[in-house]
Amino acid sequence: MNIMMLLEMTSGAFPDRVAFTDGSTGVSLTYAQLFEKARARGASVRDSKAQRLVKLDVSNLATPVSLFASAWAGVPYVPLNYRLTDAEIEALLERVTPAFLVTEPKRVPALGDLSDVHCSTTSYFIDDDNHANVLDADWSMDPDEVAVLLFTSGTTGVPKAAVLRHKHLVSYILSSVEFACAEEDEAALVCVPPYHIAGIAAVLSSVYSGRHVVQLPNFSAEAWIELAHQHKVSTAFVVPTMLARIVDALEGQGSANMPHLKNLSYGGGKMPLSVIEKAMVLFPDTDFSNAYGLTETSSTIAVLGPEQHRIAQASSDEHLRRRLVSVGQALPGVEIEIRDEEGRVLGAGERGEIYVRGEQVSGEYEGRGSVTDSEGWFPTRDAGSMDEEGYLFLEGRADDVIVRGGENLSPGEIEDVLLAHPTVLDAAVVGVPDEQWGEGVAAAVVARKEKTIDVAELQAFVKEHLRSSRVPQLMEVWDELPYNETGKLLRRIVKARLSGDAVN
Amino acid sequence: MPELKTGARLKSSVCDGEIMVVATPGGDIDITCGGSPMLLPGEEAAPAELNPDHAVGIVIGKRYITPDETLEVLCVKAGQGSLAVNGELLLQKDTKKLPKTD
Repeated sequence: MNIMMLLEMTSGAFPDRVAFTDGSTGVSLTYAQLFEKARARGASVRDSKAQRLVKLDVSNLATPVSLFASAWAGVPYVPLNYRLTDAEIEALLERVTPAFLVTEPKRVPALGDLSDVHCSTTSYFIDDDNHANVLDADWSMDPDEVAVLLFTSGTTGVPKAAVLRHKHLVSYILSSVEFACAEEDEAALVCVPPYHIAGIAAVLSSVYSGRHVVQLPNFSAEAWIELAHQHKVSTAFVVPTMLARIVDALEGQGSANMPHLKNLSYGGGKMPLSVIEKAMVLFPDTDFSNAYGLTETSSTIAVLGPEQHRIAQASSDEHLRRRLVSVGQALPGVEIEIRDEEGRVLGAGERGEIYVRGEQVSGEYEGRGSVTDSEGWFPTRDAGSMDEEGYLFLEGRADDVIVRGGENLSPGEIEDVLLAHPTVLDAAVVGVPDEQWGEGVAAAVVARKEKTIDVAELQAFVKEHLRSSRVPQLMEVWDELPYNETGKLLRRIVKARLSGDAVN
Repeated sequence: MPELKTGARLKSSVCDGEIMVVATPGGDIDITCGGSPMLLPGEEAAPAELNPDHAVGIVIGKRYITPDETLEVLCVKAGQGSLAVNGELLLQKDTKKLPKTD
């Protein structure tokens, strides 16, 4: 079992099909070319005796070449976040030596001097077909070998390296993608960063389905719209902040005029209802899917599919309509449970921590082993609830729960109410120190264009919908909320700022 | 034949067919393709003829299972032979198509 086998199958079936196009340069590779480049650079990696292949660069043609060359050579692929500081990058590099580093030429002088780092440029991986040895198709079929090491974003402390083995990634692909299901004229637009699990999953899913991938290295709504038109893109994945910007850029137009865009999926954070509703109007011919997954689960574990979007939206039953903001049901082969703090499995509608089990679930960190329990369940640290038909609702991180006078409050529940108010564009609820209750509820809210938020009125609005303990005692109106580049709300920054203001 | 492991890759001795083991009940299992034993990498076999009763063929990307579903394999290269265990032909597994999410 090896992810190289996925590429071998597609390059055997469709050697001349275009596999990847770098949207910033327009240069492409066919499936046969990608296979041969993986062979050539796999030989370079083996010759170097490196134990890891590290890629430190934006998405480009060297991204799939690096992923498959590592698999061929039998070393883990480690994509690093190029937005980190030099000191942070060096600290991560030191954890994965001896390493074969693929990076931009301007980084080579500084990083090439580090011990046990074999430095190579991105262009060597794209343009140079020479290699000393010709590797046979002799990659390891041991399912337990490590395919990818992914550093988690480290929003809470030192980044952990999640371990994904070939068995996890291959299981995920085999259970979610039909081989060669893409037509020749289909194209996927990939704009998530290469160091994100969604970036890895996009490469593997597209390769196994035989789909042409168009890469957008630096996201902007304008570039996304232009590439989508130019390549008649049929499939795309975006994080909520990206969709919000695309919707903004199309504001004033009745339609995005993209009938070729068959599937638009989103995930990686909470999608504001106002954004998805506007998007469904702008893209009337497009099927929307909401995907929920984690690095530690090899990407997607639950999906709210297009038909489920439509049924929920068309329903007059409040309970069924609410499923539009759910992340759908578990994928086949994946089991999901909600448990309380003592590990007891909770019933429908009860809030707790999300646990997941399945062949694609790794739950393992380098140097720490697996955090799955004896029966294979992985605690996601995400809070949520499931309804009686298994529709999963996310409620933020389990660590974000506010404990006010012994009562557990979910920020997500309060944010949903705030977002339902016509003046509110975005909202974040956190716990702040409170002398009387231990923790108190605080909120940062962002006003919609040309609207003004009246704090007292908004507090009264929350009180109409929820118990009074959930009404934010401190509420501030901000110009925007802090997000990282993949659309994750930086809750600790909101908490720090509101906590400072709560004390002063 | 040594114990068949998940992830192992086997090739036919009578056609171009190749498979990968996706799930196995464990222990020794003799999978045949076109009526002749399949080979692990590096193994050789005397030339054999395609058994006409085992000649429907296998299709790349399709998965095949035993009737009790304990053994599952993926065809990674198409061939003219059909797969069987203990003389009993494997069945093609129906897969459900999912919404595209990445």
